[in-house]
Amino acid sequence: MALTADEVRYIARLARVALTGDEVERMREQLSNILDHFQALNDVPTDDVPPTAQSLDLANVDRPDQTHPPADREQVLANAPRRENGFLRVRAVLEA
Amino acid sequence: MTTKARTEYEVVVGVEVHVQLKTRSKMFCACPRDYYNAEPNTHVCPVCLGAPGVLPVINREAVHFTILAGLAMGCEIPAESKFDRKNYPYPDLMKGYQISQYDRPLCVGGALEIEGDDGPKTVRLERIHLEEDTARLLHRDDGAEPYSLIDVNRSGVPLMELVTKPDMRSGHETAAFLRTLRQLLRYLEISDADMEKGSFRFDVNLSLRPRGTQPLGTKVELKNMNSFRSAQRGVEFEVQRQSAILESGGRILLETRGFVDATGETASQRSKEEAHDYRYFPEPDLPPLRIPAEEVAALRERLPELPDAKRARFEREYGLPHDEAALLAETRARAGAFEEAVRAAGDPKRARAVAHWLIGDVARHLNALGADAELADTRVTPAHIGELARLVEERTVTASSAKEVLDAAFESGEMPAAIVEARGLRIVSDAGAIDEVARRVIEANPKAVDDYRGGKESAIKFLVGQVMREMRGRADPNGATEALRSHLEAGR
Amino acid sequence: MATLDLDVPAHEHAARMRAGDYTARALAEATLARIRAQEPALHAYVTITEELARAQADAADARLRAGDAAPLVGIPVGVKDLLCTRGVRTTASSRMLERFVPFYDCTVVERLQAAGAVIVGKTNLDEFAMGSSTEHSAFGPTRNPWDLERVPGGSSGGSAATVAARGVPISLGTDTGGSIRQPAALCGILGLKPTYGRVSRYGVVAFASSLDQVGPFGRDAEDVANLLGAIAGHDERDSTTVPVPVPDYTAGFARGLAGLRVGVPEQFLERGLGPGVREAIEEAIAVFEHAGAIIDRSVALPTAGAALAVYYIIAPSEASANLARYDGVKYGFAVTDGASVEAEMSETRGRGFGSEVKRRIMLGTYALSAGYYDAYYLKAQKVRTVITREFESAFAEHDVILTPTSPTTAFRLGEKLEDPYAMYLNDLFTIPVNISGDPAISIPCGFADGLPVGLQLIGRHFDEATLLAAANAYGEATDAGKASPAALP
Repeated sequence: MALTADEVRYIARLARVALTGDEVERMREQLSNILDHFQALNDVPTDDVPPTAQSLDLANVDRPDQTHPPADREQVLANAPRRENGFLRVRAVLEA
Repeated sequence: MTTKARTEYEVVVGVEVHVQLKTRSKMFCACPRDYYNAEPNTHVCPVCLGAPGVLPVINREAVHFTILAGLAMGCEIPAESKFDRKNYPYPDLMKGYQISQYDRPLCVGGALEIEGDDGPKTVRLERIHLEEDTARLLHRDDGAEPYSLIDVNRSGVPLMELVTKPDMRSGHETAAFLRTLRQLLRYLEISDADMEKGSFRFDVNLSLRPRGTQPLGTKVELKNMNSFRSAQRGVEFEVQRQSAILESGGRILLETRGFVDATGETASQRSKEEAHDYRYFPEPDLPPLRIPAEEVAALRERLPELPDAKRARFEREYGLPHDEAALLAETRARAGAFEEAVRAAGDPKRARAVAHWLIGDVARHLNALGADAELADTRVTPAHIGELARLVEERTVTASSAKEVLDAAFESGEMPAAIVEARGLRIVSDAGAIDEVARRVIEANPKAVDDYRGGKESAIKFLVGQVMREMRGRADPNGATEALRSHLEAGR
Repeated sequence: MATLDLDVPAHEHAARMRAGDYTARALAEATLARIRAQEPALHAYVTITEELARAQADAADARLRAGDAAPLVGIPVGVKDLLCTRGVRTTASSRMLERFVPFYDCTVVERLQAAGAVIVGKTNLDEFAMGSSTEHSAFGPTRNPWDLERVPGGSSGGSAATVAARGVPISLGTDTGGSIRQPAALCGILGLKPTYGRVSRYGVVAFASSLDQVGPFGRDAEDVANLLGAIAGHDERDSTTVPVPVPDYTAGFARGLAGLRVGVPEQFLERGLGPGVREAIEEAIAVFEHAGAIIDRSVALPTAGAALAVYYIIAPSEASANLARYDGVKYGFAVTDGASVEAEMSETRGRGFGSEVKRRIMLGTYALSAGYYDAYYLKAQKVRTVITREFESAFAEHDVILTPTSPTTAFRLGEKLEDPYAMYLNDLFTIPVNISGDPAISIPCGFADGLPVGLQLIGRHFDEATLLAAANAYGEATDAGKASPAALP
């Protein structure tokens, strides 16, 4: 399964991961190689086999509608790279 | 006033509504859900912040609220439902994915009856599902450089998403659907459904096609409408815009457009890159929900009498005309106040009178207080209204005195009977006293007497009025009329 | 009055402290001194938590004086730097979280503290738990105490190395595809991955949500059993934990290996094993047989060979979503001079993540993307069902399944960095177990060319007790795991 550089760049954009030109090429090779190995899956018959999303047979795990005291704002914002007046701050987000 | 598409084109409209549910806590954590007026970032915990290592836990009540909405609208509640991750990067999305529902929503199908352009109409639903709200983005432009601020209080608030089939055919029907839906949500008490507070948000999807054809035209998504009126205007503008394009042989662009309130027009939004690839996959941190029939039945028991049923019952049980019944059934609070007042009035036959008071003078008082004022916000209770209706019907007080009594009740909160006594407004039915005054009035108004004797029936009304004036409104008008007539006849 | 000997098992420390031979504080100080002395060569720790350790040791001493006989009171423990510790930086060995200080503890750390344990440091790992050698740590690799030019395995290399080096008697790691068992094997110690759902993941930096589990390392089966007992159990903050009661994991120790039905799938012994590995495993199988275990070599797990592909689709897919939160907005590394908010998020992630992490994010994003979901993710989830059913079948006739833990012994630093897929092959025998959710333990079973070899026992859901009893019996029947690496202070 050979990926093109364009495909790699597209995936990188979806994933919001900036790659250098070198990284794109390296990634292209390595991912293509890994994807090749996935062909093994096609040899396993799975008609009428349901997918497993979780290896437990749990269902209906929920909690009652009660509140807890929220965290102190200082704690919430303590690790924030940028903040202002009790808010997180980022560069302008253009599509309101 | 509806504006339909020009005869050759028909507009096909569907809506997507996002409703914040009125739970105590958030969807996947126990932070307080109601952030209105809270300082930014004070309703936050590691979970709704999307901190490393945190895990969601489903709020049972939010699931119940959503199922209630589905049951109220005749949806099917599938036996198994699950959550999925909807992946897209955005600064207001703390985890970089939103926990939502993709292919197994809580409610499927369903419909809502509305007042359409040509009478009652059914708007079918596609589905209703449950997800979490994002954080709030605020924009700042203080000159140097624009930037954005993020308040995480809203992140994780339970959000119910309802999608209709494209069954609406005009701006009017679109607004009617939204209005009817909002009323239902408030009836169910699962949401404040308040557009100003952001708990009721919607987008409109529409397309035009030549009337009489089946295939749908190119879909345009409309955003940024903050009122029912703007929903209607937005659709109407699009109908004009798109008709003009189609008529001149052009093509409609598949796009998202924003409604501009100031002008009533829509404008193309900054073109988004490619359509989002949300890469949905089942949420591995949350086991599925298996909803047995017994649980659905138990939730169905929780449904209150719905607006339509209540209105119909008011027509039937109390003999109210359709419009009055609809007004009184508008909200559960108002409907409840009405029925309590009827009980307080002591006789179901007084229901029409009670309705008259509530829809007339009481409504005027409430409007003066504000758009959302309810009786419960005042000193007047349904018991007051019931008593007042009874006093008028028993002829203890005249209708016009009763208005004065009502005003006083709003001021002091005193019961009407007490006010009537305190102000001496009780109707005088003492025949002797009325008789005296009738005689005096006849003597004092010879011209009117002559008019009456000359065959002018309306002159008696004038004389009755004079009696009432003399007795300061406390005479029983019927008794006054009787007394005058007997004197006038006698004196021929 | 016994001296303070850092080489004894934790349960022996506990007995000596209860007898008053030394205090928890003294044990903590000695431990801190040793791990500090070992650090320059070993690099097992990202952060050594001296203040926290002292405070916890003093609290433990108070409990000991009050007669508290719980097994972990005062015991030093290393914690993989993937588990959030309140007030102590938690980095996931990534530039992205290099300065992140959580304001919350993970449930497991809360339970450790409730048990009276003394956390001496946050151990090194492959960045975001993605790797099999700890070479992908942003802060430099940890080395194997048996040969400092070799890897300790990964991703929990630091936790394994510090126990193997006798720095601490016990430590915690996480295992998503083998990240406890493989380093345990390469470092010659015990390492157990519990059943999925046995231990809470709340507060554990997520890699692959349906596969991750926190688990114990130790040199002694009783120690590992006690540590598991302290952290296991339902957590209402983790909806994937199961309300199955936590037993006393030492209760079955007396029964030994007699009558244990052991399935040995030949497919895992046939090829691809490094020199000396097969021999060491066969010797161990002989020990089992001699002690009364019933060995059945006819058992087969036909689809286990596809498990690698299943894992390398599911894990990166879930990881691509779990790591989407690292965008420089709320916490962590952030690029703040980009041209737009999107550019800043992309640059933050491009520079904050290492190459292996980026590779897996890309793989996962691709496998989930439109047009590929059915062929990759959905197909992998179906094959996952097939593999799980095969394990269930095998467990109908057997109590445990025995395989080598790792195809090879510890390889040299740098040896497998060029080809990512070659690195992935280290997890060939461990990965199928994460896919099925079963518990498994790696038991040291000898040496090949002076390097440790580990054998893996896989058990039924929630049957960790059988695995620990077998490990205990095997440990008593042999001198496996008793030798110490010479290289370190």
